[in-house]
Amino acid sequence: MSTYRIREERLPALFEETAKKRKLYLPTDTAEGVAAFLPYREGMTLTASLNTSRSAKDLFFPQTETLADFKVSGREIAVVDVREECEDFLLFGVRACDVKSFEILDRVFLAEPVDSFYKNRREHGTVVSLACASPVETCFCGTFGIDCADPEGDAAAYRWEGYYYFVPLTEKGEEYLASVESLLEETDDGPVWDAKGEIYRKKERLPLKSLTTEGFGGERTKELFDSEKWESLSEACLGCGTCTYVCPTCQCFDIRDFDTGRQIRRYRCWDSCMVSDFTKMAGGNPRPTQKERFRQRFMHKLVYFPAENEGIFGCVGCGRCLAQCPISMNIVKVMKALKEEKE
Amino acid sequence: MQELMKARAAALLSEGKVNRVLGWAAGEFVYDVTPTVFESREELERDFVYSPFCGANLSKYLVKEARKEGKILVFLKPCDSFSFAQLVKEHRIPREKVYAVGVECYGKTDATALRSLGITGIVGAAEQYGALTLNTLNGERRVTVAEAMLEKCKSCKTKEHRLCDELLGEEGEPVSDCSRFEEVEKVEAMTPEERFAFFRGELSRCIRCNACRDVCPACTCETCVFDNPASGIAQKAAADPFEENLYHIIRAFHVAGRCTDCGECTRVCPQRIPLHLLNRKFIKDINEFYGPYQAGDDPETPSPLTDWKPDDVEPGSAVRKGGRA
Ligand code: SF4
Ligand code: SF4
Ligand code: SF4
Ligand code: SF4
Repeated sequence: MSTYRIREERLPALFEETAKKRKLYLPTDTAEGVAAFLPYREGMTLTASLNTSRSAKDLFFPQTETLADFKVSGREIAVVDVREECEDFLLFGVRACDVKSFEILDRVFLAEPVDSFYKNRREHGTVVSLACASPVETCFCGTFGIDCADPEGDAAAYRWEGYYYFVPLTEKGEEYLASVESLLEETDDGPVWDAKGEIYRKKERLPLKSLTTEGFGGERTKELFDSEKWESLSEACLGCGTCTYVCPTCQCFDIRDFDTGRQIRRYRCWDSCMVSDFTKMAGGNPRPTQKERFRQRFMHKLVYFPAENEGIFGCVGCGRCLAQCPISMNIVKVMKALKEEKE
Repeated sequence: MQELMKARAAALLSEGKVNRVLGWAAGEFVYDVTPTVFESREELERDFVYSPFCGANLSKYLVKEARKEGKILVFLKPCDSFSFAQLVKEHRIPREKVYAVGVECYGKTDATALRSLGITGIVGAAEQYGALTLNTLNGERRVTVAEAMLEKCKSCKTKEHRLCDELLGEEGEPVSDCSRFEEVEKVEAMTPEERFAFFRGELSRCIRCNACRDVCPACTCETCVFDNPASGIAQKAAADPFEENLYHIIRAFHVAGRCTDCGECTRVCPQRIPLHLLNRKFIKDINEFYGPYQAGDDPETPSPLTDWKPDDVEPGSAVRKGGRA
């Protein structure tokens, strides 16, 4: 496969050129120091943080979106389909974990019945991933078989000794690189391997590198469900939605109506199994306390999801819940506690 | 300090004075401590920590914990003890169910604060007299807790505890040069348009995780209006772009006069929104309109907002002053 490169200082020119042809999103630092994927503006630079605070799922599955409008006039109700083709866009600098999360979301939203809103964005989006030159302590993508040195996506980028190297991985990726060809030079892939080698050396030092998924999956559903550990693990959980909202693979949503008096807007918004009214129904709430809600989040990722998806886990090890939970409870602590119990 | 606390907790447990201990448990790395209830000496031995990373305020957990059988020991930093006193005042915690132990505090930090100083990949740390030696994936880094202090600690009002049954370590004094209203003054100095734009900008990042509310010791309603689907303003309904702003305005009003400025909301916000500014504005206004008042100062004095005195400021003059400031 061909490899292309550009000097680091020329990156702004690459962004300019890219943004001319489609909407570009970059992981950048906001004024408050929060890394986020934002639409490109002139002069915007890549964040120094390894990963964004919110995940890249926002671009395919936004926190709120309108599904339909209902217009009432007299005795008529007109249903307005608000769907329209979205414009082409490109996500630059997506980490291997987030790229993998798209595959997990695809399994949910692209299975029958296909979610046309999600599909629309997926079709128009191109993903350029970026290998993780400096993984941090909260990273455990390796646990789920994700290689941060070899990210997937439509094209993969590597930073090495003053250059960014690009390897196209799909047709979309080829097409993108061709569209900015004038700025790139073709090269051999030696430096890409050097970059990878350096990442593998760093991965060896990661504190969570020996965490495995052994003991999880669909086989021990009942046993894990009944574990006594849930009580103490969930004890301090605030039931906020932080972990679910920043998680690239959390996919639950609610559908609500917003009544303006003359018009009703039906929209969907993210929901969280961690909050109290998530399973509230006419007959009551089958998950009455935080213990059941908390258990659901982890059982879904570690047991139910793999049970229904050929063993693929519903977590990509991005570490966001480790970094952002207000009380520092997270999937790694849950996995370790459940394993400890088994031993 | 940590060893002293552990020993004291173990002693009170074995004497049968308390049944459980509410403290902080060590995590995977050094900074990810979790509020935890300990029931035995062994659990304390294994997991209990008290370190510069114990920023979490434990007092709100007492609302739930005090409903259980027996008595619970809680460790409170000075700022946490104000929350405790306020909750006792609001009859949210039966005082006799809690054995409160005040612990000294010289300021806390967290991973977010360290990350914003460019220190990442933290896997361990040692502390001596407020100096941290951090073991990171990129080598050793040194920093003082003071350099990486949480916002709430930078604006600490006092090192003196309220309403504790006993104190461990040295009791501190009020912070004489506390400058917690400086930032509020900056916002007050803005024109109304600038101020509006400022808050719109800050709050636009809100993802409505509600962590600020869930952690807040002044937010202890059994069912929050934002969690009640029948209220029409339930948390998920970010139906229009002003939704989040309203949520914050309503919340700030609801905790006015009860917020002790414990700083938890700002600490937990994953989007780093300076939520304390709203609450502190109310605190400052209450001080100016009704004379100095500190929520949680003691478990009796009524808040000026729930009390009435003949010489209370007239609403009209408050509005005029508010308009000017
Ligand atoms: S685990 Fe943490 S982030 Fe998730 S709901 Fe509980 S307190 Fe919030
Ligand atoms: S559960 Fe945590 S580590 Fe796993 S994908 Fe979600 S946020 Fe990332
Ligand atoms: S979890 Fe892996 S892929 Fe994700 S940021 Fe960390 S090292 Fe990179
Ligand atoms: S913690 Fe921050 S992001 Fe979450 S609801 Fe509060 S202000 Fe919004």
